[in-house]
Amino acid sequence: MTIFKQSKGFWLSVLLSFILFTVVQLLLTGGILNSYYENMIIFMGINIILAVSLHLIIGITGQFSIGHAGFLAVGAFASAVITMKFEMPLFAGLLVGGIVAALAGMLIGIPTLRLKGDYLAIATLGFGEIVRIVFLNIDYIGGASGMQVTHMTTWPWVFGCILITILVIRNFTNSSHGRACISIREDETAADAMGINTTYYKVAAFVIGAFFAGIAGGLWAHNFYIIQPSNFGFLKSFDILIFVVLGGLGSLSGAVLAAIVLTIVSTFLQDYPETRMLFYSLILIVMMIYRPQGLMGTRELTSLFKRKTKGGSKDGNHHTTA
Amino acid sequence: MELFQQLVNGISLGSIYALIALGYTMVYGIVKLINFAHGDVFMVGAFIGFYSITVLDLSFFPALLISMAACAVFGVIIERIAYKPLRNATRIAALITAIGVSLMIENGMIFIRGAQLEAYPTNLLPSENIDIFGVSIKSQSLLILGVSLVLMMILQIIVHKTKIGKAMRAVSYDAEAAKLMGINVNNTISATFAIGSALAGAAGVIFGTYYIKIEPLMGVLPGLKAFVAAVLGGIGIIPGAMVGGLLLGLIEALVSAAGFSLWRDAAAFVVLILILIFLPQGLFGKNKREKV
Amino acid sequence: METTTPLLNIDHVGIRFGGLRAVADVNIKLFPGELVGLIGPNGAGKTTLFNLLTGVYVPTEGSISFEGEDLCRLPPFKITRKGISRTFQNIRLFSELSVLDNVKVAYHSQAKHTMASSILRMPGHFSGEKDMHEKAIEFLKIFNLDQYMDEKAKNLPYGQQRRLEIARALAANPRLLLLDEPAAGMNPKETHELMDLIGLIRKKFNLTVLLIEHDMPLVMGVCERIYVLDHGQLIANGTPEEIRNNPKVIEAYLGEEVS
Repeated sequence: MTIFKQSKGFWLSVLLSFILFTVVQLLLTGGILNSYYENMIIFMGINIILAVSLHLIIGITGQFSIGHAGFLAVGAFASAVITMKFEMPLFAGLLVGGIVAALAGMLIGIPTLRLKGDYLAIATLGFGEIVRIVFLNIDYIGGASGMQVTHMTTWPWVFGCILITILVIRNFTNSSHGRACISIREDETAADAMGINTTYYKVAAFVIGAFFAGIAGGLWAHNFYIIQPSNFGFLKSFDILIFVVLGGLGSLSGAVLAAIVLTIVSTFLQDYPETRMLFYSLILIVMMIYRPQGLMGTRELTSLFKRKTKGGSKDGNHHTTA
Repeated sequence: MELFQQLVNGISLGSIYALIALGYTMVYGIVKLINFAHGDVFMVGAFIGFYSITVLDLSFFPALLISMAACAVFGVIIERIAYKPLRNATRIAALITAIGVSLMIENGMIFIRGAQLEAYPTNLLPSENIDIFGVSIKSQSLLILGVSLVLMMILQIIVHKTKIGKAMRAVSYDAEAAKLMGINVNNTISATFAIGSALAGAAGVIFGTYYIKIEPLMGVLPGLKAFVAAVLGGIGIIPGAMVGGLLLGLIEALVSAAGFSLWRDAAAFVVLILILIFLPQGLFGKNKREKV
Repeated sequence: METTTPLLNIDHVGIRFGGLRAVADVNIKLFPGELVGLIGPNGAGKTTLFNLLTGVYVPTEGSISFEGEDLCRLPPFKITRKGISRTFQNIRLFSELSVLDNVKVAYHSQAKHTMASSILRMPGHFSGEKDMHEKAIEFLKIFNLDQYMDEKAKNLPYGQQRRLEIARALAANPRLLLLDEPAAGMNPKETHELMDLIGLIRKKFNLTVLLIEHDMPLVMGVCERIYVLDHGQLIANGTPEEIRNNPKVIEAYLGEEVS
């Protein structure tokens, strides 16, 4: 019976997302939204994917990673190599971008996940920088001057990728496996003592998060005509970090909301980059002092609309993220 | 002899890392915070030194002292405004704040004066070549090394011989107990930020004198590398930061000398990850375990 | 009793932290179905011994075997899966998770659905989660915690948090339960209820229990055998009656009170 109940919400979301997709698509093809807005929407989509993928690592599993731009870079270059050098379709590029980034996630995950808290943060930051410097030194992908990439990223691609990212990460989170990750966030020692293979789940979170960051990288690469290693420094990692922090560590819808709002803000401030960064830094500081749990905390948007139900309606699809 | 020259360069650069690393390590030792903004204090120090020299027409040493004093005040302001409210927050919250403060100082600097480069005057210190055992060494290198060593010695004296140094050691050992013993923990933390920031300011002026070019984002990479140096030596341990800084400078010089100068910046991060995995307590640190 | 094989055999176990010998040359045998107490003054090494048993620390000497299998060098989660589960002296619940989810986490290692089936929402996911849900509620009912199941663990009153920790430990399906000062901070009434509860679950789940408790009279009341640890070493073991009259034990406890 509970399964039937969830299906109602599920089908409602499917309907809503279909409407959202069609409306935006019509606005774009009808020329009502010009290329400036189209670009903003695509950028927003990429940021949503990045925010949700980092949310899994930081918000759910509690692994404070600040090298996410590294995975973005790996995905961007890997997918560009597939489409530009091997002349394969975008789909193959995105898939390979995701897989290579996931492998990078595993590579960095296995040795560094023994580290905790700020040590892990610094190690992931170092990893991101190493990735950037490695790309800087590979002539095959253009070194510092980067790679030229054909523009292929369109709204349907972006929308499809957002949908898959959110579905996969939501399904993962709202399951026993997601609960295992949350237990690591809450108390790693206790999770271990309860029979949770903490290393396995930390690596899993890194691999899944990196996979979607890689896909975002593929979309990014095929949106900007040219990609350079300097696009993926740690400032880019901080850009992604702020979505998760602002939205609420542990809230998927919060991360999505923050990505949308901040993309709009940064689009309007794109001619004043230092004003934008000043604004971002203020958000970080004020947020940590007055509302460290972020706008949404660990709650989800859907919980605001739901009546508080008594009793055991909780299972698979309910929001156990709290 | 090319190699020897590179080693001298490495030690000069390493002494700058060491000066910055000291601030990281002292702050971490006392409040368990990676003060991301520390590299930016170094940048501010370089600019204060620059304006003291060009606008106030001062020579090297007065500029150094002014920069140190100003940075000390700046460091205390940062601590009081941004970090103090978070003293009992999670370490992740403190780290995010530190990242925010760092971004704010960098972009505030760009906002105020633009992103363009400035160049220190080249005639600040006598630049003659001195021959030692047939190797010519720039007198500047020696002077810089000398200034760094003197500052480190002064720091050692402060930490080990003065009252405030004793308080700092007590608070870093156990803040609660220190408080019960009547030590003013807030003032001690402020003093730690002041001393660490003054050293970063000095490093900024020395950097400008030696490498000439300064700009608002100059603190980012040396800041991160100095943190690596602090971890390398064992975070929280003052002699560790000095040795770690010098060692890191040497490693970078050797990587350059081996013909991989483009990879130089990666070397520090590779060292970091290796150290964190194989020797997380650093060269001079003691192994600590989490209480369960 | 000596004729059956021990469930847990701690054989000359010790650990050094730097120069400090926190636990030295400890020999303990537990037999199936026993309720055994482990007492000793503060800092005697009781919790350290628990940490050695559960893989948090690796002993520097001696060996530990459980049902004939060597446990040394296994990571904590594997030891839990072999059938040893514990509670913590300072409560370590997953405070942001609901009471129900806390129990589900412990049940996770027995779950049959894979990560892929959850991500793709295949039938295995739904049956697995449903099974887990029912099992978890069953556990909460035994502990009278089912009324709080949607509450966040951190919002429970202190005594209930202690109960939840035990419920969670049981959900991991242990044959040996290690309780680290479960009655700490409880009032006499709560303590009494807790002891009744331990007796009940012991029978119901056919458990062996090793109990650390600071409170001597309490341990004397429920335990069949008691080990006494002081300065990292076993100084006595025997029935409550024997322990009560053991001069070494009296000295260890008196020594603590004086200093």
